Amino acid sequence: MEERKREVWVFIEQRDGKTAEVSFELLSKGRKLADSLNGVLKSVVIGNNVRGIAEETFKFGADETLLVEDKALEKFRVMPYATVMIKLVKKHQPRIVLFGATIIGRGLAPRVASNTVSGLTADCTDLQISDVTYLKKDFPELLLQIRPAFGGNIIATIITPDNPIQMATVREGVMEMHPLDAPNPIKITEIPYEPEPMDDVLQIIEQHREERKVNLKAAPIIVAGGYGLGSKENFKLIHDLAAAIGGEVAGSRAAVDAGFVEHERQIGQTGVTVRPKLIFEVGISGAIQHRAGMQEANKIIAINIDPEAPIFDIAHYGIIGSAENVIPLFIETLKHKLK
Amino acid sequence: MYNTIVMVKQVPDTANISGKVMKDDGTVNRSMLPAIFNHEDKEALEMALRVKEKYGGTVSVITMGPPRASDMLRECLYMGADKAYLISDRKFAGSDTLATSYVLSKAVKRVGEFDIVFAGRQAIDGDTAQVGPQTAEKLNLPQATYAEEILELDGDKIKIKCAIDGGYEVLEGKLPLLVTVVKDSNQPRPFSAKRTMRFKNAKTLLDIQKMSDENSLLTLQELVEEYKSKNLYIETITSEDLTNLDAAMLGLHGSPTKVHKVESVVLAGGKYEKIEASKDGIASLIDELLNDHILG
Repeated sequence: MEERKREVWVFIEQRDGKTAEVSFELLSKGRKLADSLNGVLKSVVIGNNVRGIAEETFKFGADETLLVEDKALEKFRVMPYATVMIKLVKKHQPRIVLFGATIIGRGLAPRVASNTVSGLTADCTDLQISDVTYLKKDFPELLLQIRPAFGGNIIATIITPDNPIQMATVREGVMEMHPLDAPNPIKITEIPYEPEPMDDVLQIIEQHREERKVNLKAAPIIVAGGYGLGSKENFKLIHDLAAAIGGEVAGSRAAVDAGFVEHERQIGQTGVTVRPKLIFEVGISGAIQHRAGMQEANKIIAINIDPEAPIFDIAHYGIIGSAENVIPLFIETLKHKLK
Repeated sequence: MYNTIVMVKQVPDTANISGKVMKDDGTVNRSMLPAIFNHEDKEALEMALRVKEKYGGTVSVITMGPPRASDMLRECLYMGADKAYLISDRKFAGSDTLATSYVLSKAVKRVGEFDIVFAGRQAIDGDTAQVGPQTAEKLNLPQATYAEEILELDGDKIKIKCAIDGGYEVLEGKLPLLVTVVKDSNQPRPFSAKRTMRFKNAKTLLDIQKMSDENSLLTLQELVEEYKSKNLYIETITSEDLTNLDAAMLGLHGSPTKVHKVESVVLAGGKYEKIEASKDGIASLIDELLNDHILG
């Protein structure tokens, strides 16, 4: 078998000149993958006047950055960005390419994978390098792309055995960010943008972006409510508890879908991934997609009427009871103690 | 006048699982998962129907799947689609998103001239959001993903509003293009009672084959012609109906990604400290949290 290139690439996502956090998280993971492959980690930075972003990537372990700058690349547009990525990937044949599972990454990665006939797995929750025997054939050092499937009821390990390039997207917050103690030496390779005829078919004529109002990722204490609360009125208990202990309110996907709480407060695979000091899980059964978003919390207190709820399997403290009983009791007792 | 093609998928209802999904032998217990019309694909169909209502034209729906996916195609007809196509062949089994997109791109060409191809952003069984962009790439079409609303169509120009991380943007460009639609964009219309009465009799080739076996008065071809003339024929497209199909790109063989391992989610379980739902129980928990400086 032909020796595959030992290059791990991370597509660096930037919005208005600011690097998306997920890109740093991916660099940290990419560094580990490159080390297990005994290979190199490269970042790809595309934009206009983004040399500063290119330089930042060395703080998170990049060995080299491919920098493509052009006025036409100022804002992310999928067609020209795909043109750039496709040309780079075809020329250099990296072994692994990682993208954030953001709206940008989820538009760009499939287009690049399709054109370069690469394997692509969405929303991986873990990535590892391992030798694999598949259909009685040995494949050395494949990327194990691990993700929940079937609505999170199973965990699938996906591999790309036969095609040389393995691509994956990873959601924000899933991988941990590790800045290096001492940044790697800066090595930036500038590459000119060579447009294709279709690149400018779509133009951005308006763009509105608001800073996120709630920052669950930064909250040390979170009170999360689920569908088990039963109604929007009852969900007020979650707000009461959060107010009493100085925490942020969050919800499971089911609670968000039911309209109990707004989407920007959703925890889990299709929401935010959090690592707080303390999280209350109230009326949340604990489906794997939800757990994927909070199981790294330091302390988990589960409050649920169903003793069989899977949330108890990852909880540190468990209270079997209804929110209506437990929360007022908790608030009252706490007030008494803090007096 | 705009001709649109909507790519739809029938999916297991992964959000409403009533019991154990995995059997003890490790296979998926499909009876636990009723098949439903993927919600975002329904949103995509609604967007296409609104284009038709405002500007005229036709709406065709295509799905790649097993014969039972025709149930969902009938629902598309109840909502207002003009024509439905079932793309079904054992050779397509085991496809990952790339192999699926390859077949869909060929099927879109087979359906005919179009201005816009629509699809839902993602399907709830895989949640990948890859098939839309990959089909666009295979058709050499530009893409607008996470679309919320078409603001304007004028000749071959389109203005479309799409979600971006933390907000939205308006894109302006030229047709043709592929659009993926996000949930809660459109509030899909209910089935029309009149159309339901009419199209509940719409049949695929397989349905008609079964009938012709039972009823020898008419040949299969005659029956198909009769259904076609009544506009009740759900055209079935197999690998043989698609031109320039590269067998190496189909099914498991044409899929770069393979499932190496599937595990049922097993939890370690039961190691938590149980707190009584009583005043004393909660008081001791609060003490512990305060002592550990987690609270307070």
